[in-house]
Amino acid sequence: MPTTTTGPPGAEVRQDATVAARAVDVWKVYGSGEAQVAALRGVSVDLGRGQFTAIMGPSGSGKSTLMHCLAGLDTVTRGEVYIGDMLVTGLGDAKLTRLRRDQVGFIFQQFNLLPTLTAQENILLPLSIAGRKPDRDWFAQVIETVGLGDRLSHRPSQLSGGQQQRVACARALVARPDVIFADEPTGNLDSRSGAEVLGFLRRSVRDYCQTIVMVTHDPNAASYADRVVFLADGQVRAELYAPTADAVLNTMRRLDTDPVDTSQTVRA
Amino acid sequence: MLLATLKSLRSRKLRLILSGMAVVLGVMFVSGAFVLTSTLAASFDNLSASVYSGTDVAVSGKAPVAGGEPDENSATVPAELVGNVRAIPGVEKATGVVSVSGARVIGSNGKVVTTSGPSRLGTSWSGTADLRQLRAGRAPRAADEIAVNASLAAAAGVEVGDRVGVLTLQPKKTFALVGIFGYSGNRDTIGGAQEVSFIEPVAQELMLGKTGVYSAIVVKAAPGVAPEVLRDRLSATLGDTYDVKTGKQLQDAAAESFREALSFFNNVLLGFAGVALFVGTFLILNTFSILVAQRVEELALMRAIGASRWQMIGSVLVEALAIGVVASVLGLGAGIGVGALLAYVFRHVGNADLPVESIEIPASAVISAFAVGTLVTLVAALLPALRAARIPPVAALREVAAPDRPLTRLTVAGALITAIGVTALGIGLTGQGGEATLLLLLGGVLVTFTGIALLTPMIARPIVSVLGLLFSWSVPGRLGRLNSARNPQRTAITAAALMVGLALITGVHVVLESATASFTKMVDTRVKADLIIAGEPGGDSMPTFDPAVLDRARQIGGVREIVGEYGDIAMINGRPSRVNVVTDLAAMTRMLPLRTIEGTLATLPADHVVVDAERATELGLRAGSTLQVRLARGDVRTMTVAGIYADDDVYRVGGWILPAEAVHDFRVAQPSFGYLRLAEGANAAEIRKQIDALLADSPEVTVGDRSAFIAQQSSQFDTILAMIQLLLALAILIAVLGIVNTLALSVLERTRELGLLRAIGLRRAQAMRMITVEAVVISVFGALLGLAVGSGLGAAVVRALKEEGFTEVALPWEQMGTYLILAVIVGAFAATLPAIRAARVNVLNAIAHE
Repeated sequence: MPTTTTGPPGAEVRQDATVAARAVDVWKVYGSGEAQVAALRGVSVDLGRGQFTAIMGPSGSGKSTLMHCLAGLDTVTRGEVYIGDMLVTGLGDAKLTRLRRDQVGFIFQQFNLLPTLTAQENILLPLSIAGRKPDRDWFAQVIETVGLGDRLSHRPSQLSGGQQQRVACARALVARPDVIFADEPTGNLDSRSGAEVLGFLRRSVRDYCQTIVMVTHDPNAASYADRVVFLADGQVRAELYAPTADAVLNTMRRLDTDPVDTSQTVRA
Repeated sequence: MLLATLKSLRSRKLRLILSGMAVVLGVMFVSGAFVLTSTLAASFDNLSASVYSGTDVAVSGKAPVAGGEPDENSATVPAELVGNVRAIPGVEKATGVVSVSGARVIGSNGKVVTTSGPSRLGTSWSGTADLRQLRAGRAPRAADEIAVNASLAAAAGVEVGDRVGVLTLQPKKTFALVGIFGYSGNRDTIGGAQEVSFIEPVAQELMLGKTGVYSAIVVKAAPGVAPEVLRDRLSATLGDTYDVKTGKQLQDAAAESFREALSFFNNVLLGFAGVALFVGTFLILNTFSILVAQRVEELALMRAIGASRWQMIGSVLVEALAIGVVASVLGLGAGIGVGALLAYVFRHVGNADLPVESIEIPASAVISAFAVGTLVTLVAALLPALRAARIPPVAALREVAAPDRPLTRLTVAGALITAIGVTALGIGLTGQGGEATLLLLLGGVLVTFTGIALLTPMIARPIVSVLGLLFSWSVPGRLGRLNSARNPQRTAITAAALMVGLALITGVHVVLESATASFTKMVDTRVKADLIIAGEPGGDSMPTFDPAVLDRARQIGGVREIVGEYGDIAMINGRPSRVNVVTDLAAMTRMLPLRTIEGTLATLPADHVVVDAERATELGLRAGSTLQVRLARGDVRTMTVAGIYADDDVYRVGGWILPAEAVHDFRVAQPSFGYLRLAEGANAAEIRKQIDALLADSPEVTVGDRSAFIAQQSSQFDTILAMIQLLLALAILIAVLGIVNTLALSVLERTRELGLLRAIGLRRAQAMRMITVEAVVISVFGALLGLAVGSGLGAAVVRALKEEGFTEVALPWEQMGTYLILAVIVGAFAATLPAIRAARVNVLNAIAHE
């Protein structure tokens, strides 16, 4: 399907003009000497502002590592990472903490809510840590969107997995970060709850111009994204715009059977 | 199974070391106590063997007054007896000696040189032949010459050629110091004793009250005569009037009394050990509970693959046993070190000059170290082990969120145990326990603590939440507060460690404070004396002053009346009793709270006594009853009860009051107290200055108004408090270990949460603050509990002692505030390591690890 593997010209322009996060020739090498393993091998990728990007790849492809490096959670061995205009590579802990606090949001596979806090307190936690006052209207809108209105005073242990993940989404959204990184957000959910969460993520991109980068290995989840970046063996091997689940699955299969060749063709 | 256990043990070294530390401390004190006691006792045996090497048999008088305190032998043997003894076949040499305690030297600073227990002997100089060795100067030859032993010379800061004041049975006399001597083996002192040597008649006069008598006759047996044979022969010849003992018997008696003196140190160390081990039990219990909780999945997996319940229990107990054994070994090593160190301190700092030749490690030290160390650890691990056994195998397969177990059962058990403890305490305190009173009290306190510790989880959540509100103004503070209320059992047990120590200290404080308050109130409201002459209580002899001061003070303008009070022990109807003489009973009743119940207190003719109602009731006495009284000197005499008074206060005038002329038969015919009443409008400060001048030669006492008197008489509590502060330090050390341990485990458990918080922007400093708040909340909770429980215990003791004159219950608010502040500091300090660890949590690892 050559039409879908090449990006539309308009999209190209948008990427250059407004990039939310960017990796430039990023290498990530674990261990040293004989035991060296390269998780990322010269990855360069631009993630557009206001876009829902999925990063896909088989286990060990380096997709989670790429996300961690982009989010400033992990350091790169070589290359540079930007969030917006800011060079993340080489920042100290204090600056990284501020970056995470003000510009980045996270959604995890394990939800990662604080068991001692209610849903509302969990949602507002990033703002209170930063000492910022929540925007009442925006908060109400986010709650409305995730549909948690009647669950705000519950603790995580009293919520279902889907509800917990929606709380986590609301927590990421309420601070209006430049980019939200979601690590397998549906990995621990049944398909219905997963679909709810994914629909909600897509809506927040469409309606509120939020930038979301999601790592997943589920073609169905990836099909909610505007763009899918395929990773294998620590390199970007293919991209799809406006993907369908079938298209994603096909690309995955191709990468599996013919890993070396495809890299050239899709890069075009 | 065992292999798996040991492997998991190895992987958690640090945590177990922390919890084992408390056991190490406890074992250290136990074995240290045994090592110290037997080391010192062995050294003392060596010493006293050489002291008595020249004495085969000693003859001394039988004390007319036995027992009681001061436990001084005032009996003498007449000088003529020496000749009689010499004439007995088998006696090679017989020497009359004077050696009596109560010679107090005034140092170059004008203060009386004190000892911390050993005697202050006044002796007759009998040459340097056997034991004594002159170090400087010469032997005393004239009535105004003395020699002193080297340690006393050093303590008093005097040298040969100085003029030195000595207090004896008589008021201060000044002597020329002509010689300083040591003892064979190059010792400066024998077991810390001070010795002042006079020429013989002076020693007899000053130490025994008259010349021509000795305190003992030392006999050397002729070659071939066994001391026991000679003793029996002497005893048969001299009759019942005298005590005849072999040197070996005296040596054994000395060793025995030395051991008794040591038993005090022994008990203090064992007390410390008890606290350390008791608190350590909480610590270990907590560690194992947390470890079991954290390993639910692992343990359930074991169950799923076929491990039995008993194997689960066994695996936890084997861990405990391993810790117990390691802690015992370490504790024993540390204990031997502590024992050796204390023996060294005892020798050099205590000025005892005991030759510690080798450190004795008795079998009892080793046995008790291992018994105590392993037993405590096993007992503490028992509950967690049972809990581990209850984990269902299915827990391995699905994530069982540890539910909040209902606290009802725990609370009921806690209430029950507390009730048992309080009952035991109650029985002990009200004196119905008889022989078992001490056991009831100790057991009651321990059981009560345990019960309260079980009750704490229930109150932990609300109290901790309220406490945490103080910190809720910041996000880290709020999170810390929530964390501390999260696992009430864990918080409660951690806090309990601090509670126990603080409760003990607060309890003692309350009792002392109440004693002071009761005493103060009594003195303030009942004592009408304007000035009081008194010395600091405690020490081997009662402080006294020159009776001439009483007469001269009476001459001072503005002094309306003055009463002197003398004290001694006498045999009354065959029982040793404390007796007093007041110089003017009528004046006394105007200044001190004596209320006549029967007879009269107005006058006290010769051979009459007055007595308090309690004693009168006990002996069935009424006004007009007669008694057999034997004073330290003189014969038994019959006395008549002239009056009975009520004396229901903490400040006791002292039961029996004898007429003034009885003083001449007291062992020390010098007053211990003087009470003055001033005329209206007299200048108290001026009169006080004049009396101060009169007391220049009586440095053991001072004159002051009522508040000075109260302060002086309460100063004896300072020693107890110092001891208690040591205990506090120990309890705090263990509490810190406990908090560090709990928080370290909690940080580990919440790695993921910490990672998340850091991921969404919590700064390192904020993460540290969160942990610190949690620690401070826990320690303040423990401190509050301790203060509350301690106040309760103290107040109960005070109430129980109401009959003894404890009329007031007073809380030491100032100290309690200090302890609370201390708790905050301790909490913050204990949080340091866990907080650093929390701040160092690797964000990526924390949230990425599945």
